[in-house]
Parts: sequence; C-alpha cells; structure tokens
Amino acid sequence: MARDGSQPSQPPEQQTRESTMALLRELVSHLRENRTELREEWARRITESRLLTAMTREEVFAEATTVYDNYVAVLETGSVEALQAYARDLSERIIPRGVETQEVLGIVLLLRDVLARSLFKKYQLDFDLLNRVLDAYEPAANRIANTVAVGFVQERERIIRQQQEAIRELSTPVLRVRERLLILPIIGLIDPQRARQLTEQLLRGIRENRGKVAVMDITGVPVIDSAIANRLVQTVEAARLLGATVIVTGLSPEIAQTLVTIGVDLSKMNTVGDLQGGIELAERVLGYKVVPLEESAPRQR
Amino acid sequence: MAVPILKQGRFLIASIQSALTDQDLIQFRDDLAELVGRYRAKGVIVDVTALDVLDSFATRTLRAIAYMTKLRGAETVIVGIQPDVALSMVQLGLTLEDVATALDLEEGLTFLNQRLEEAHGA
Repeated sequence: MARDGSQPSQPPEQQTRESTMALLRELVSHLRENRTELREEWARRITESRLLTAMTREEVFAEATTVYDNYVAVLETGSVEALQAYARDLSERIIPRGVETQEVLGIVLLLRDVLARSLFKKYQLDFDLLNRVLDAYEPAANRIANTVAVGFVQERERIIRQQQEAIRELSTPVLRVRERLLILPIIGLIDPQRARQLTEQLLRGIRENRGKVAVMDITGVPVIDSAIANRLVQTVEAARLLGATVIVTGLSPEIAQTLVTIGVDLSKMNTVGDLQGGIELAERVLGYKVVPLEESAPRQR
Repeated sequence: MAVPILKQGRFLIASIQSALTDQDLIQFRDDLAELVGRYRAKGVIVDVTALDVLDSFATRTLRAIAYMTKLRGAETVIVGIQPDVALSMVQLGLTLEDVATALDLEEGLTFLNQRLEEAHGA
C-alpha cells in the first residue's frame, strides 16, 4: 500500500489476484456464518435428489456437517494436498456405508450449487460484484468437484489393476500331484504377459517343489498364435535348464494345425493327446507304476 | 584356480561361487579337462547356483566343457541354473542343447549315478 493511502500501482493481473483472494475470504466467511441453514438446505436437496439413500436422515446430517466444513476450508486455502485429502476423506467416510461413488460426486455438486445460490442471494443487488464473487468462487468449487471425480477414477483403476493381477496369478497355478510331478492346467487365452507369467510360475514351481516332470495342459486354450507358440517352446526349454521335462497335453486339432503351419520345432516338445495320457507318461518317466489294489479274498469256487 | 574343483568318488564337483571373467572361464575349462584325466573321473557336476547371469560366452564354455569331458570319458551335468537366468537364456536363444542339466547338486549326483549304472549294464 502506498504511503498516501491510494491504490499502489501494480500490474493489473496481480491486482486482480489480490482482490480475488480478498473476495474469496469474504465469501468463505459468509459461508461459515450461514453454515447451519446452508447445511440444512444441502441435506434437504440431497434427500430430494434421492442420493445417499443407504443412510438415514440423521446420518446424512451428521456427515453433512463435517463435509461442509471441510469443503469451505478447502475453498479457502485451495491447496492441492488439502483437496486430495478431502477427496480421500470423503470416500473413506461415506463409501463403507454402501454409497456409490457417483452419489458422492452428486452431493459435492449439490453443495456447490447450494453455496452458489447463497452467493447469488447475498450479492444480487450488485451484479458487478456478484460476477467478481463468482469469478472467485467457481474455479475453486470446480476444482474440488474435479479432484473428487478424478480421485475416484484413479482409485477404481488401481483396484481394477490389482484384480487383474490377482486373476492372472490365480489362472496359472502350478500344482503338485505326486512327488516330483507338477501339473499346469491352463484355461483361456494366453497373451504375452500371461505367457511370461506362466513361465515364471512354472520355473518357480519346479524349484520349490523339486519338480522333475511338469504336465502343461492346454485343453482349455482355444487358440494360440505363433508368438505364443514360440513362448511355449521357450518355456519347455527353460524348464529343461532346471532339469525338468515338460509334457504338453490337450492340444486341440486347431492348435496342432497352427503349430505345424508355423513350423514350430516340435522335436523340442513332448506332446501327448490328453491330460490322462500325459500324467501316465509322466509317471512312467518318474518310475511309478499304478496298479489296482489286490482283491481281499480269493473267489471261492 | 578360480573355481574350486572337488573329488567325490568317481565324480568331480565344481561350484562356481561368483561371476567369472572370460579368462577365468577358459582356465576353469582347462582345469576340469586336466583333472578328469588325472582322476579318471566318470562324471562332472558344474554348480552354477551362485550365478545370476549366464551370458553367451559362459554358455559356450559350459558346452565346451561338456564336450571335452565326454571326450575324456566323463559325463557332465550343469546344475543350479536359477529361474531368472533360465528365462533370460531361452529368450536369447542360449539353450545349452546336448548338455545334461539338473535342478541341484543332489539331482546331479542322482543323474550321474544312474548314467554310471546304465553304462555298466550295457
């Protein structure tokens, strides 16, 4: 401020920014002063819009208090960390109660509207001032809604990625059925990532179980392309480096045709028609012989 | 001698403890060939458990060892290739074809004993 009390000569942008901050502070204190009635209005609108139906009216009101206060605080400071913490806090408070994420965004937008209306009411006599107030309010409020929405999307994506990872791991189990005999039942399409994971799990399984023979059954695999076929050959070769033999079983006629067509070196693979045949071969290789139990008493003539 | 080679009955056991230079690998190959002759060994186990990389030179050398020892009357088995190493090797096309492999020392000994029995039976 200049010494004679007049407006200091600053660049216009800075002036606007400062006055925006001042307006923001003013409207924040207005929102705080009228908090009780605005909160009630908001809670009413929430019920009217049939949001948060999983919660009782009392619960909605209780939550509304905290959420309201946090919203106004974030409006005031505008800090990104505060915004993200706000979004996280919101989901942690409400979602365990059985609320859908779109409802959460819905109530945030309703709150934005309720507060905006309140500002319209307060500044209605001075259109210029109202515009400036809204200039200060809208970006801040929209940032909040945006952060909440983006936060949810990111959280969803994180969960989806986690689940995909879990599904992938589940879908390629390495099972020990005898000492030294492992089975890898593969179901569904194999993409390069799955092929890699399959190989890693097989090798790990061989090491951990001291597997000597592994039967890899692909009955449940509808098609494979040349890239995947080559990966399967690599898997067999890698297992051999760990001293284990892989028997591939369950090749469909289509897959057998594919392998022949693309010229996969089949001498590198032991194949048997079906899983039963594969296990029987494996048992022979391991030196097992499976015989039926003797009859307990000889038949009397 | 960069790699300790121990005698165990009719077999030689060599455990590679750390990454070897190309020079060391060649020395190792020659040492083994010599010892197979000196002890009239029937089998050789090369344990690479401690290695987390097996490049193309190392792979070629291991193959050379298997051939050389075979020429001097011994069967060689490579044991202890780690899963990650096995994966990289096949991706690079280093397959150690024609060389016997086993999971670990115990399996390697079992393998050699079996081969010895078969040879006597023949």
